[in-house]
Amino acid sequence: MTGGGAIPEKRMAGRDVIIETISRLILPFILLFGFYVMIGTEGTGGGFQGGTILAAGFILYITVFGAKRGREMIPESVNTFFESFGLYLYNGSGLLCIIFSMGAVQFLNYPGIWPVTDLVGVAGSRAWIIAFMVEVGIGLTVMAAFISQYFDLAWKDEEEEMVVRKE
Amino acid sequence: MLLAEQLPVIIVTVAMFCGFTILLAGYLNKKSAFWISLLANIVFFALSILTLRHVLAVGPIKYWQGGWRPPWGIEYVVDAMNAYLLVILFFIVILIEIYSKRNVEKEIEARKHPTFYALIQLMVAGLAGITVTGDLFNMFVWLEIASLTAYALIAVAGGRALRASYNYVIMGSIGAVFYIFGVGWIYAATGTLNMADMRILLPVVYDSRLVQMAFAFIVVGIMIKAYIFPLHFWQPDAYTYAPSSVSAMIASIHGKVMIYILIRLVYSVFTLDFIRYYIGLDLIICWVAAAGILAGSVFAIKQRNVKRMLAYSSVSQFGYILLGIGLSPLSPWGLVGVVAHILNHAVMKGCLFLAAGSFIHQEGKWDIRSFEGLSKRMPWASGAFAIAAISMIGIPPTAGFASKLFLILASLDAAQYPFVVILLLSGLLNLVYFWRVIDRMYFVRHEEPTEGGNEGTRRLPISMTAPMMVLAALCIILGIFWLTDIPMPLINQILSDLSTGGRL
Repeated sequence: MTGGGAIPEKRMAGRDVIIETISRLILPFILLFGFYVMIGTEGTGGGFQGGTILAAGFILYITVFGAKRGREMIPESVNTFFESFGLYLYNGSGLLCIIFSMGAVQFLNYPGIWPVTDLVGVAGSRAWIIAFMVEVGIGLTVMAAFISQYFDLAWKDEEEEMVVRKE
Repeated sequence: MLLAEQLPVIIVTVAMFCGFTILLAGYLNKKSAFWISLLANIVFFALSILTLRHVLAVGPIKYWQGGWRPPWGIEYVVDAMNAYLLVILFFIVILIEIYSKRNVEKEIEARKHPTFYALIQLMVAGLAGITVTGDLFNMFVWLEIASLTAYALIAVAGGRALRASYNYVIMGSIGAVFYIFGVGWIYAATGTLNMADMRILLPVVYDSRLVQMAFAFIVVGIMIKAYIFPLHFWQPDAYTYAPSSVSAMIASIHGKVMIYILIRLVYSVFTLDFIRYYIGLDLIICWVAAAGILAGSVFAIKQRNVKRMLAYSSVSQFGYILLGIGLSPLSPWGLVGVVAHILNHAVMKGCLFLAAGSFIHQEGKWDIRSFEGLSKRMPWASGAFAIAAISMIGIPPTAGFASKLFLILASLDAAQYPFVVILLLSGLLNLVYFWRVIDRMYFVRHEEPTEGGNEGTRRLPISMTAPMMVLAALCIILGIFWLTDIPMPLINQILSDLSTGGRL
């Protein structure tokens, strides 16, 4: 992907060393906090919020270093992968229940994934699978969707610009 | 738990799965998108037939998501009506998808193909979700999935389609807001979102203004989504500028599923008693439907663009379904008409849109006045168009005749004679605007510009002709099918499931 238009280049000229250093320092902590919100409590809730925080971290990076470098770090294919992967985790956790129990329990009936239930009990399996599969899945999808939307606003592919100019 | 009871959920969730898989696979190979989608839909079609068989043999499927009991957890309920709609949905999707392969290659640029098929797959997942769910809020979620993907699919061609899609986004969002307001108020009145539970709890509060207003809001919201006459104005633009296969898909199944929401609400959540005795809406619904039938046809007469004409014709045809719903408290034939017309209209309108799309695909002709001699150059497509048009008019051995017959029987049975006149008049109006096209195609003499040699390359690909021919054949087969005894078990099951509260 090559950058078209005049958006990124102008911003690159006005780089600020303080903002860059601070955002580089703060970024890992934002991501860590995002993951904590996502899975920290080992229970329901927090997937969407955690994903938003993760996305905020990346958006900070993109804002500070410019859309072009941001695009190099997170190309659209990676975004699409995370969007799909998040859904695979959530949806897959439901389908795994059906598969593991050979159709004996319903979709999303987590104790049906018997290896986990053997390990941590019925209530434990609900909490674990929701925390480590469902919430992570929601979080990754939300993160990828937000980043993708941010790029859609900040960035135009060259061919799209051609269309805009033509009209 | 029987394995067959897992089928509806597997259809919905795996369809979701496929949508995102197509998106990923599109990065590796753009051609794979179509095949994944087609293969998945064929599998879902087989599964939905198994579901219908199970429902007819054993009884409604009640599926507790995550094992939670219904009033607390989300319940999926599949009775005869849902399973019937599910089979129609996947059947039409398969045919239109086969058609769309070559059409999309021409109408949409290559880099958008994976997204296009992913969106179609997600829309199908959303529609299937609306069909199988037994929970009003869950229905809203699926409704939004189906609608958002439809907005994107209409806009996919770019240009003027963007504006049409934007109108649809605004109107569709207003419709969704009306629906969710209504659901919220019913929730406030009853404290439940489960349809079967609501049916038990609602009679106590039928007198409440809140519940009556909630019903009005939901009906208006769904009327916007299903483009029923006074609220249809986003629809002709959207149908005209969308890619042909998308118009066909949205006209023949998207609208049907939206109407299904209304049917489900009228029959299974609010009962016919509520419609008739507490708010006295049945005849009002009939008159709104009658106005839609006539207005849609009259608008269609003055259109030059064939797709826009078909769009207005859809408005008129949805009036038939609404008329059936309005007549059903007075006569059981009303519901039979609805059930028959859902399938018949899906087949007829699908066929018409596919044929119109192939005229545009092959010769770039969308103006009806330029259709001279089309029957010579594209005999199969014009033949399919003519058969479906005759079926729309309602000439006896066709599907349209059967649904008109049921509706006329319903009006006679209910002693509402004005509607008989309106139905006959509508047939006449259909004749006016469809005959205009058939006349141009078959009977206007047209001097063929002599071209040398390239006849072979100009033939319509078989993958586009075959779905049209299947649908055209079905127009006639269904016309006979509905008049025999074969569909009686299905109709009886649907009638008893819907009107005696088969969901309980």
